[in-house]
Amino acid sequence: MRQDTSMNAETGALRVPQSGTAQAAPEGDGVAIRGLGHAYGELQTIERLELEVEPHAVVGLVGPSGCGKSTLLELICGLREPSAGTIGVGGASSAPERLARCAYMPQRDLLLPWYSALDNAGLALRNQGRRKGAARAEAAELFGRFGLAGFEATAPAELSGGMRQRVAFLRTLLAGKPVLALDEPFAALDAITRAEMQEWLAGALRTDPRTVVLVTHDVEEALYLCDRVAVLSARPGRIIAELRAPDPRAEDRDAAVTDPAFVAVREEAMRALREGMR
Amino acid sequence: MKRWVLPVLLVAITLGAWQIAASTGALAQLFNLESFLVPSPAEVASSLWDNRALLAENAWVTLREVLAGFGCGLLAGVGSAVALHLSETLRRATYPLLVASQAIPIVAIAPILIVLFGFGVWPKLVIVALVCFFPITVNTLDGLRAVDPDAIKLMRSLDGSRWQIFRRVEAPTALPYTFSGAKVAVAVAVIGAVFAEWAGSSVGTGGLGALIRVDNALLQTSRLFAEVFVLAVIAIGLFGLLALAERRVVTWR
Repeated sequence: MRQDTSMNAETGALRVPQSGTAQAAPEGDGVAIRGLGHAYGELQTIERLELEVEPHAVVGLVGPSGCGKSTLLELICGLREPSAGTIGVGGASSAPERLARCAYMPQRDLLLPWYSALDNAGLALRNQGRRKGAARAEAAELFGRFGLAGFEATAPAELSGGMRQRVAFLRTLLAGKPVLALDEPFAALDAITRAEMQEWLAGALRTDPRTVVLVTHDVEEALYLCDRVAVLSARPGRIIAELRAPDPRAEDRDAAVTDPAFVAVREEAMRALREGMR
Repeated sequence: MKRWVLPVLLVAITLGAWQIAASTGALAQLFNLESFLVPSPAEVASSLWDNRALLAENAWVTLREVLAGFGCGLLAGVGSAVALHLSETLRRATYPLLVASQAIPIVAIAPILIVLFGFGVWPKLVIVALVCFFPITVNTLDGLRAVDPDAIKLMRSLDGSRWQIFRRVEAPTALPYTFSGAKVAVAVAVIGAVFAEWAGSSVGTGGLGALIRVDNALLQTSRLFAEVFVLAVIAIGLFGLLALAERRVVTWR
């Protein structure tokens, strides 16, 4: 494992080209969830859930473990069908249409060990029919800006945790979808790398805005990265509070999270979380 | 100390002890046998040299049967594993039968196959393919089912088709499992070929199995040992080649 060093220096220039992907360039699709219910057999995981995510908004979902956060992301992405209610993504609500509009980034990076970092990043492009050379060229263009220059041919096992996560995020971004569904993207990282990655992701989303639904159990992470944070109750999950993150926030993470306004919202979110657990 | 020093030392000590025990007649005395029935390693070695043409000719026959049978078993095994993986119905219908088929001793069906296919190369090929088929099928199927379900979800979200999921995720996951199955298969393939030759072959170029049967009857013990030695070399050599191929192909492990 290599150590990460100053990874967020270059993200200011980040821009993702959206040429020639299967669906329209991510102009900005919103997500509208109405009366959503989901059950695994007898087990009701989500109940009467309502959520509205405007185009290019970044919305965080926090809640106790097992409250159906990951299931909710899979539902949004069209990987599952709801048992009640509707999910609209950019006006479309069938599972295949949602699948085409959302890119899912699972909790674990799930980089394929038989591919290099570059080929992992370009996986969606290859699936969409791009030739190997073209997919590599497109992914390689972004490697430098993602702090991955020089690691194109490296096997995933040789990358540090932070780098693996950036390759995984690049893979999600290159799918060219308007909506990104991120499931605890930094949960596996150590505290310092996680803070650096949060700063880096905030920068990446400033230069390449997408509609983002971010699941996390870290209230601070949610409030720093998102415009709005929805607090879910214990199972069956539904939204019990929605908090607006202080706006504007400092780009520097340390400055942002120590701001009195930020601290106040965080306390409020923690209170809501505690209530939801009961 | 190098990794191979200890095993080589062990073999040298065993051979030395065997040589002394056999050449002094101690071993024959111990088992109350005629001394010609207990050849020393030196006698086996000289028999190996004296019969080199005969042994090489028959080893080539056996090796061809092993390779052809293994090849067929590999193709059929991987093919059925993929089919069973893709079709839940097929798997549920045939997997128990597949496992049950392993309870049928090949010893019992070999004579039947000889009756059906004659003394030629076909019954040998079928028997070798049959013994190779099972370990390869079971291991490959295990590999295909070992795929992380989250990786499949990820591929679906990244616009992966069924074929792309198979090609980019399932097949590479299964590959090391197939190699494990193939390594087991190649060892039993040699046993299978010898048994098939034993059960029915034309004398002369019937392979090492047929030669063993004849030499057994003639009490040609030193040549018997030489034949067993050649068979072991074939099995170990093929296993080694597969292990080498695995290291070249499965670079991510």
